[in-house]
Amino acid sequence: MRPDEVPSQSATIYEGATKAAYVVGPDGRYTIVPNGGDEAEVAVTEEAVAWFGQMAEAARLRALAGETSPLEYHMYRQRMDVPTLAQATGFWRITVRRHLRPAVFAKLPRKKLERHAIAMGIADPEQLRSIPA
Amino acid sequence: MNTTIATSSAAPAASTFQHLQSAHCESGVITSLLRHEGLPITEAMVFGLTSALSFCYFPFVKINQLPLISYRMTPRYILNGIRRLLRVPLRYETFRAPADGTRRLDELLARGRPVGLQGSVYFLPYFPVNMRFHFNAHNLIAYGRDSATGEYLISDPVFNTPTRSAPDAFERARFVRGALAPRGLIYHIDGAIPDKDIAQVVPLLRAAIRKNAFMMLWMPIPCVGTPGIRLLASRVRRLPAQKQPDFCRRFAGHIVRMQEEVGTGGAGFRFLYAAFLQEAAVLLNKPALHELSLELTAIGDEWRVFATHAARQNKGRAPLDPPALAATLATLSAKERLFFKKLWKAV
Repeated sequence: MRPDEVPSQSATIYEGATKAAYVVGPDGRYTIVPNGGDEAEVAVTEEAVAWFGQMAEAARLRALAGETSPLEYHMYRQRMDVPTLAQATGFWRITVRRHLRPAVFAKLPRKKLERHAIAMGIADPEQLRSIPA
Repeated sequence: MNTTIATSSAAPAASTFQHLQSAHCESGVITSLLRHEGLPITEAMVFGLTSALSFCYFPFVKINQLPLISYRMTPRYILNGIRRLLRVPLRYETFRAPADGTRRLDELLARGRPVGLQGSVYFLPYFPVNMRFHFNAHNLIAYGRDSATGEYLISDPVFNTPTRSAPDAFERARFVRGALAPRGLIYHIDGAIPDKDIAQVVPLLRAAIRKNAFMMLWMPIPCVGTPGIRLLASRVRRLPAQKQPDFCRRFAGHIVRMQEEVGTGGAGFRFLYAAFLQEAAVLLNKPALHELSLELTAIGDEWRVFATHAARQNKGRAPLDPPALAATLATLSAKERLFFKKLWKAV
């Protein structure tokens, strides 16, 4: 990689930050230049973020229709999936999946709700019960 | 390097600690800590010396439904390597209770010690929102605490400038549960390092390079090294027959993310290792290593071309074509195989 192949301008998603890229200078020696994020890395990062957004939106619609619990929406919104949430809460995966059922979730004790809230970094556990319309 | 800072036990590190940007978090943190102690080592040297270059494809470990793909060794491999090879008194501490972890961190910072620590990318407040994912094994340095606001002064090697974090968010990031949970891990160089001369690495280089070549070529499991790349290629080739197009797109993007986005210095650490080979060529006085460095750079450039194609397919800017990506991966596997065989013979 040559220095001119690396965009020095920070990409929007990097919010002004730049990373370090190892490039071969004109003298054939390696140097480090600021990397603002080239097309490939920006594209895949945006897509990875967008995937969670799509999953959250789909879960939101299903939650409004009563087909899943609001927990699923919040899970994807916090960029988690069932295995991640299970590991972060200490619940078994099958338990987390149970919590995605509206009937089970409605009766979920406060303590278990708190474990989900802590894992997701949400201050108020009751927020997990709500879904934006 | 300023050698007076080596005995900075009384002086606050905040005034003397130098932020250093690196490609990779773990090698960057230990490089900064060693430089702070007066050993003028580079990130590339740390990375190469610990034989940290790799390729792993673990289809049975899933992250958001996608397999684990990594271009380097496991977390803490570099730290452990440096501790063993350079006999650095690097001390790890983990904590059960967050309060204990915070107290110990504050104590070390008050003594003026820069402290390496592990945290979750998702909960570090200074990370750009779109770069936050649930990856718990990120490494960074805390080098002081603002007495007025209580904020931690942070040198995150992936970023170009030093930054700060509020204490509650910081504790949150250090004590997340889940895969690779940090358990408040802190590490610091506890005592004098035995040798502050960079020449000490010279007798270690041959074994380090050979070890890395060995791991890339002859590990007895097919998921690791160049056979791992081939295995991934065959997986990608079979993708369209087995999965939905949407999943194929995500798979392509995932490979690129692991290769480019997560602080690798480009081409999944290949450029970083090539930089190491250049340094090794000078230290060992072996011009052949310099040639090999350029060869690895060329391989790295092909990884970059692969990334561009895969990313376009991921984003829908180009038609989805997994067999073409698989063919490129297979070529790369063959080229790296040849390369590491040459490297094995060269030292």
